[in-house]
Amino acid sequence: MNTPGIATTSFVLMASQLNPDDAVYNEVVSAGQGWAHELKAGQIFRIVDLEGNQAVDTLFFNARDLDERYSAGDTVSAQGNIYLTTGTVLMSSEGRALLTIVADTCGRHDTLGGACSAESNQVRYALEKKFMHNCRDTFLLTLSRLGRGMTKRDLPSNINFFMNVPVTPEGGLSFADGVSAAGRYVEMRADCDVLALISNCPQLNNPCNAYNPTPVRVLVWNAPA
Amino acid sequence: MTNIRAKSVAKTGATKSGATKSGATKPGATKSGATKPGATKAGATKPGATKTSATKTGATKTSATKTSATKPGATKTSAAKSATKSGATKSGISIVLRGGQAWSGRLKRGQILRLTDTSGRACVSALFYNAIEPLERYNMADTLKAQYTAFLTTGRVLYSDMGRVLVSIIADTCGWHDTTSGCGNATTSRTNFGDGRYQDLRNNWFKNARDNFIVELSKIGLGRRDIVANVNFFVKVAVDDAGRMSWVDRSGAASHVDLRAEMDTWVVLSNTPHHLDPSSTYAPPEVGLTVREAKSPERPEKDDRCRLSRPENGRGFELTEMFVKEMSAT
Repeated sequence: MNTPGIATTSFVLMASQLNPDDAVYNEVVSAGQGWAHELKAGQIFRIVDLEGNQAVDTLFFNARDLDERYSAGDTVSAQGNIYLTTGTVLMSSEGRALLTIVADTCGRHDTLGGACSAESNQVRYALEKKFMHNCRDTFLLTLSRLGRGMTKRDLPSNINFFMNVPVTPEGGLSFADGVSAAGRYVEMRADCDVLALISNCPQLNNPCNAYNPTPVRVLVWNAPA
Repeated sequence: MTNIRAKSVAKTGATKSGATKSGATKPGATKSGATKPGATKAGATKPGATKTSATKTGATKTSATKTSATKPGATKTSAAKSATKSGATKSGISIVLRGGQAWSGRLKRGQILRLTDTSGRACVSALFYNAIEPLERYNMADTLKAQYTAFLTTGRVLYSDMGRVLVSIIADTCGWHDTTSGCGNATTSRTNFGDGRYQDLRNNWFKNARDNFIVELSKIGLGRRDIVANVNFFVKVAVDDAGRMSWVDRSGAASHVDLRAEMDTWVVLSNTPHHLDPSSTYAPPEVGLTVREAKSPERPEKDDRCRLSRPENGRGFELTEMFVKEMSAT
């Protein structure tokens, strides 16, 4: 937690009391894989960084109105902070709450860094990198398989759970070494029926996955009675 | 929940380096800021004064400059006057965006769009699309990542989600344009200003960026799905080490920004208050908008500043030029 240059005051650690044995859904998502799942209002959703420093690119949509989706700008403006952690309300493009982060043992998550794509890899690293697997390809395939008519139009700025993209007061931005570790997790409550979409990031060109993309676990608990 | 509107922090001069740099290189600068001492509330005390002198040195006599220069007493409507008095330019666009107004239009590759804020308190929220295939659009994250920056100014470019450069910022006397805080909507407008209904206010009713975007996008068959993280020209939201955001007041310093289209680009603008602006009065100022053809030194040649500012941008321009070539061959 004492990464140089990062104010540790920005980390709010909050553990959860929920028992994985009580989860109604419990799956592993391999690196480079996509995952989509509908969460009912009140359900609790947890993502576990199984081996540490694994970026989990994530989007949320109002399951009843897919045109209403996660909005990075609304989220950071509503809380007056660019990092996501316990207490952050994940806001929609219509300025409404989609989910609320209720536990977080990593302490800080990114929402400015976006998802990698074949084309952005070309710009950022080399024209020859186009062949490499990337989050947007995963998103596109996963959306397509939902059969709900969703396409690239449905990919706004996403959340990168467990990813560290520090911004300096001078306006610098970088992809820094991760601040997560094996077993750390983030947990959120669905405030309405939500379609969750994940790309477990396959990026090999920068430290967002510690150059070693690894699996994550996703769990869902029903709303407490 | 939102408390940062109350925390209006003093301008710390963080924007001055960008402004100075741009002043040194940009040929099209107007002297509007320097020639209108009466236009700003606190011209003498604010650190933005360096900005105006930098601007002055590079000034050339465009018709817009002349207009504002002859009106030393001009107030916030000078954007309107400069733009309207200069009349139609060769490329045909010179207009004033009223407070609250939306605008959309196509920039052809090489054309330069100038936005002028003489009031020093405007916010122009903007989205950009490939004019031929609008599925390709501005991408905030790719723009920031490729250039290791959290804000936009001279020398930086706006990337699409397809690795191409939609527009380059070839001149900027403001020094900082936001692209991380999103845009205002009906809810934030009501929270900040209260109800401003057409029924009561007629065409001075309270407009917001998101609704303006939806209207303009709907005219070309796009809609809510096509709204992505946008740019807020003339807005600075600073971030501290803990990630806390704070609104930075520009103290009425006039400025302009020049955007050069690197491919045919559909631009959607909304001249509406930023949702984090601490002002509780709905009073978006007028903003000048002109479009002109690029002169040859401003074309993205091998020594172009935007192309050279990052090795990533070199590759971005290369991908853009490959695309332009493909499109012109078909």
